[in-house]
Amino acid sequence: MWDYSDKVKDHFFNPKNAGAVVNANAIGEVGSISCGDALRLSLKVNEDSEVIEDAGFQTFGCGSAIASSSVLTEIIKGMTLDEALKVTNQDIAAELDGLPPEKMHCSVMGREALQAAVANYRGEEWKDDHEEGALICKCFAIDAVMIEEMVWANKLRTVEDVTNYTKAGGGCAACHEDIEAILEKVLKERGESFDPTAASIEKEAVVAEKKPLTNLQRIKKIEEVLTALRPQLMADGGDVELVEVIGNTAYVNMTGACNGCQMAAMTIAGIQQRLMEVLGEFIKVVPASEMSKLVNIQEASHA
Amino acid sequence: MHDIYLDNNATTQVDRAVVDAMMPFFTEQFGNPSSIHRFADGVARGIKKARSQVQELLGAEHDSEIIFTSCGTESDSTAILSAIKAQPNRKEIITTAVEHPAILSLCDYLEKEGYTIHRMPVDKCGRLNLEAYKNLLSDQVAIVSVMWANNETGNIFPVEQMAEMANAAGVMFHTDAVQAVGKIPMMLQDTKIDMLSVSGHKLHAPKGIGVLYLRRGTRYRPLLRGGHQERGRRAGTENTASIVGLGKACELAMEFMEFENNQVKAMRDRLERGIVEQIPHCFITGDINNRLPNTTDIAFEYIEGEAILMLLNKAGIAASSGSACTSGSLEPSHVMRAMDIPYTAAHGTIRFSFSRYNKMSEVDEVLKVMPDIAAALRKLSPYWDSVNNAPVTDPEQAFQPTYA
Repeated sequence: MWDYSDKVKDHFFNPKNAGAVVNANAIGEVGSISCGDALRLSLKVNEDSEVIEDAGFQTFGCGSAIASSSVLTEIIKGMTLDEALKVTNQDIAAELDGLPPEKMHCSVMGREALQAAVANYRGEEWKDDHEEGALICKCFAIDAVMIEEMVWANKLRTVEDVTNYTKAGGGCAACHEDIEAILEKVLKERGESFDPTAASIEKEAVVAEKKPLTNLQRIKKIEEVLTALRPQLMADGGDVELVEVIGNTAYVNMTGACNGCQMAAMTIAGIQQRLMEVLGEFIKVVPASEMSKLVNIQEASHA
Repeated sequence: MHDIYLDNNATTQVDRAVVDAMMPFFTEQFGNPSSIHRFADGVARGIKKARSQVQELLGAEHDSEIIFTSCGTESDSTAILSAIKAQPNRKEIITTAVEHPAILSLCDYLEKEGYTIHRMPVDKCGRLNLEAYKNLLSDQVAIVSVMWANNETGNIFPVEQMAEMANAAGVMFHTDAVQAVGKIPMMLQDTKIDMLSVSGHKLHAPKGIGVLYLRRGTRYRPLLRGGHQERGRRAGTENTASIVGLGKACELAMEFMEFENNQVKAMRDRLERGIVEQIPHCFITGDINNRLPNTTDIAFEYIEGEAILMLLNKAGIAASSGSACTSGSLEPSHVMRAMDIPYTAAHGTIRFSFSRYNKMSEVDEVLKVMPDIAAALRKLSPYWDSVNNAPVTDPEQAFQPTYA
């Protein structure tokens, strides 16, 4: 069985706001083909203030679908529609203390139902803007449709390219066979053939520093690398901040969505890899929270 | 209340007598059966005895037709890959749409390698069309692989008849019998089945042990080479304790065969009758009159399987589901899809599978909680009208979500 958090179990076993709201004036109905799940969200919106006065859900779906629906109604009650529209699927998952990667789409379904309900209230037509495919990368919850689109759009050629663009395959690497299959298929449609040894499309020429770096040079270089990586992190709602550099160890704070994310460790490993490529020396990246545990800063800096 | 285990098609508890038979083979009888010294004597004898115990349960003509493997999946892979390697000019494989992934995933892979795979469809009850099967048999077919009994519905396929038909057409026949062995009496020496897969943990032996039955004279190419074990047909030092355990489990399965087909069946029948009588809008899937005695698969309409399982689990009852959510895959069970079960029902299928360790009192416990579980989830369902306590009128029309 899934490793559900206590909050998921609690919302499943004791769902809040189950059932349709009487006199609802905003209704959103969405389904996720990937799980066969479907959700009807009904809201009672105050027509003057646009505050959501009541919310109810009816869900055909698994434990996490029901829990996501339940927690969504709790989150949005009392919000204005504009505030509610800012609720992301990460907010829903975070409120549940996380969901397994295979179940993240349940939180997406919640957010979509909300958008659909608001559109319904405002007399607009809501269109789903993303299509979901088979889950390929379980480490980062990336599906086949997403990978295929990126391969098409960016003319990707290798597994490494796919990892660089989507993160898929950047964790345990067990999905590389599946990613290769997607590459084979798309490349064939494009009239090319898949070559596992092909050069990565975007291998930036990394010129490693030859001379040993002074600490100041090292810090400057590290800042440069982090600045270059920042847009990627921010796209996922996160950020990174350099706190201290002691010897070959860089202490960082992961902030925003990165903070507390199960993937933070892998993100840090990726940053470390990039730093080593650019600096041409061994660099260890450690969360700043571990700084005091690991070293006596005073002693280390004077060593 | 103690926990109730009704998921015996997934795996079974190892019988105490099996554990007792195995224990000496971890300690005093630890020798390598291939060795010459006295540490090996008892081990080789233990394996020989186990081989004859398996032979008897399967009704094989010779004990040398029994090859010990690591699991049912290994047996399946060995059988199919052997057939295509031994007959390189035959590029087609016949199987069914409802096989276990051990067969279907391998066939998908071979399809990419250029093989033509015939996946025979089933009707709404999960039955095959033998006329269509006959037309597929040709000298291009390397092997037919058809399961003896389906793991989800318990449906039994007429494999003996199908093996005769394959034999008449000069085609090799394999059957994945992991769910059938120990539940259905068999006498392989009177059939034309060439190869058959067994999995130990489905019949109260440990996990990690399986058998490939290989009819004497069947052309064969090993999957694992590297030693003379199993007469060179499956190299690798023998899993001695588990082999001895499987032998004992087969002996016990013979003893309990009648019990399985009477008492165990009675529990299954009482459970499914009780559920269908008490709970509206649910039905038994499969070929009701032609099933394993221990299995029932019930579709609860308008609710989802994982949610049912979580509530059952809370009540101390273990079962399994054909819903997509329980597997992490994208689709509801391929078996349910193959039988064309509507998706509002396919996602709500629950399989209860019994063993000789279950008791009739446990059936009553399940019948006590199941109606409330279905009712509680239906209250949450957009397809259900809570006021009238019935499905909404024309459910598929009344609720039409936008699908991602």
